[in-house]
Amino acid sequence: MDKRVTFSGWWLPMLLILPQLLITAIFFFWPAGQAIYQSAFMPDPFGLKTQFVGWDNFTFLFEDEYYLASFKTTAIFSLLVTALSMGVALWLALMADRIIKGSGTYRTLLIWPYAVAPAVAGVLWLFMFRPNVGLMSWYLDKVGYDWNHVLNDGQAMGLVVVASSWGRISYNFLFFLAGLQAVPKSVIEAAAIDGAHFWHRFRTIVFPLLAPTTFFLLVVNVVYAFFETFGVIHTITSGGPQQSTTIMVYKVYSDGFVGQDLGSSAAQSVVLLLIVGMLTIVQFKFIERKVHY
Amino acid sequence: MATLNLIDVKKSYGKDEVIHGVNFDIHDKEFVVIVGPSGCGKSTLLRMMAGLETVTAGEIKIKDRRVNELEPMERNIAMVFQNYALYPHMSVFDNMAYSLKIAKLGKAEIKARVDNAAKLLQLSEYLKRKPRQLSGGQRQRVAMGRAIVRKPDVFLFDEPLSNLDAKLRVQMRLEIKKLQRDLGVTSVYVTHDQVEAMTLGDRLMVLNGGYVEQFGSPIDLYERPASLFVAEFIGSPSMNIIDGHAADGVVELVNGVRLPGSSEVAGAVKAGIRPEHLSLDPAGVIAIRKGVAEQLGSSTLVHGTLDGSDIAISVALPGVHREEQLDDVMCFSVMEQGLHLFSADGKRV
Repeated sequence: MDKRVTFSGWWLPMLLILPQLLITAIFFFWPAGQAIYQSAFMPDPFGLKTQFVGWDNFTFLFEDEYYLASFKTTAIFSLLVTALSMGVALWLALMADRIIKGSGTYRTLLIWPYAVAPAVAGVLWLFMFRPNVGLMSWYLDKVGYDWNHVLNDGQAMGLVVVASSWGRISYNFLFFLAGLQAVPKSVIEAAAIDGAHFWHRFRTIVFPLLAPTTFFLLVVNVVYAFFETFGVIHTITSGGPQQSTTIMVYKVYSDGFVGQDLGSSAAQSVVLLLIVGMLTIVQFKFIERKVHY
Repeated sequence: MATLNLIDVKKSYGKDEVIHGVNFDIHDKEFVVIVGPSGCGKSTLLRMMAGLETVTAGEIKIKDRRVNELEPMERNIAMVFQNYALYPHMSVFDNMAYSLKIAKLGKAEIKARVDNAAKLLQLSEYLKRKPRQLSGGQRQRVAMGRAIVRKPDVFLFDEPLSNLDAKLRVQMRLEIKKLQRDLGVTSVYVTHDQVEAMTLGDRLMVLNGGYVEQFGSPIDLYERPASLFVAEFIGSPSMNIIDGHAADGVVELVNGVRLPGSSEVAGAVKAGIRPEHLSLDPAGVIAIRKGVAEQLGSSTLVHGTLDGSDIAISVALPGVHREEQLDDVMCFSVMEQGLHLFSADGKRV
């Protein structure tokens, strides 16, 4: 007997998946198609007509020093955000997993930051670190540290990395905690009897067993760092100073909507699309094979 | 020489005391089985010996050394878990070598010990496999191997056979017994299966609700159960218990049947007779009306009632193969030493 649910006609299933198809088509395929189409055109300075230029947008891009710099910025930024948010989340999850009393409160509090929208989180961090009015910059000034992320590119990068990682830690924490709780307790006990101390157990037993979770989070966090951090960067640094925090997705926005160079912006979107696609393929092809036991 | 002593060991979770002062001494090379129903505290007791649970009060000594405050790894014990607790991402070899690598033994020594254990447990061809590629019985062996290679002072077994099918369980039971005898390692084995307990243990401890009911050799427990609980728990099918009254060396059961008892006992008693200690005897005083018969092949179990009452009673009839050989009402006599008497509060009298 066929256990699958089957429809006798074709119109009902079509009707049922239509909303999802429409959403995907309108918000994904259409813009993506537009980007690819526009990347081959260049508008005139007044935006009255566009001219077919072929690969020229791409050629210009890869000769543009600022664009090449945004590659490096993106790499550094996403590496730092992924490492920081996953590292801290794993550490917190390990600690929360050990707590017996009041663990529910800890967990709830640790999950809260995830509910804060990136742009709002950006504003929160901006308030704290604003060189002239920020509370943290005032304290930093008291201990003799000159904080000015508006001028100092290293500090600017540090701030957007921390602000982007902050809310993400909650998300990663949730997954790591679930992953830790799925590790059978008796396996940990067996390792303890076998003579392994906490960190040795973590290194040889717990972390390898967490690998599927870690891999999943790695993919998700890299994608997050590439795209969803836009709000944080926009509110805190607007890509500055001197484009030092302009990651690729931010450059797509600033060249397209601020600089009004839609052709270049579209070409950048296409490049970004290809990079993320390739990253995901690489991750699945080479890393995923090693993480399942 | 590894002895294990428990001195008035207690365990509480918050205000609930679950182990109420357990005392026993396990000799070197002895195989002790702790048996009891679910929730009697037997696993908790074992985990306290392993160092996985703290000891609320009392003292645990291994090799005459107090271990209460020692971490599991410092006690030089090995434990076999119910679900085997193998490291799923490691090969069989790495599973067994894990503790040796931590102990920083040389590569050659590790290989020699693992190979030796693998040979002993017929695992040599599986050393490169992952646990998920093994059958239940093989996983069980790997768990044993992991315990053996460490050459521990004490083996602790936490219901290691309960995840296996019946046939494999009988086979592994024998292997564990043989292995323990060959290696001569002091062992504590926890189970709820009284057959396992009887066959494996040099000595048996029956635990009930956190109290030790009785501690002795399996045959002692079978022949002279110290309490009603032990009497009913040990032996299969379990002992028949019938209310009665003792006076002047005679026990009168509730249905009026009189049996010779002990002259020292008087008053209300509970009389216990094992199903296998009733023998067919036309002149016997115990008349049983047949209810259901279970034909086991070599013997037949009859579950019926005392004739003229509704008191349930079971009888084992060795050598009787077919139910047709039985009459509806049969008379039995109690074999010598077959009558156990317990006071109203369940103690042997």
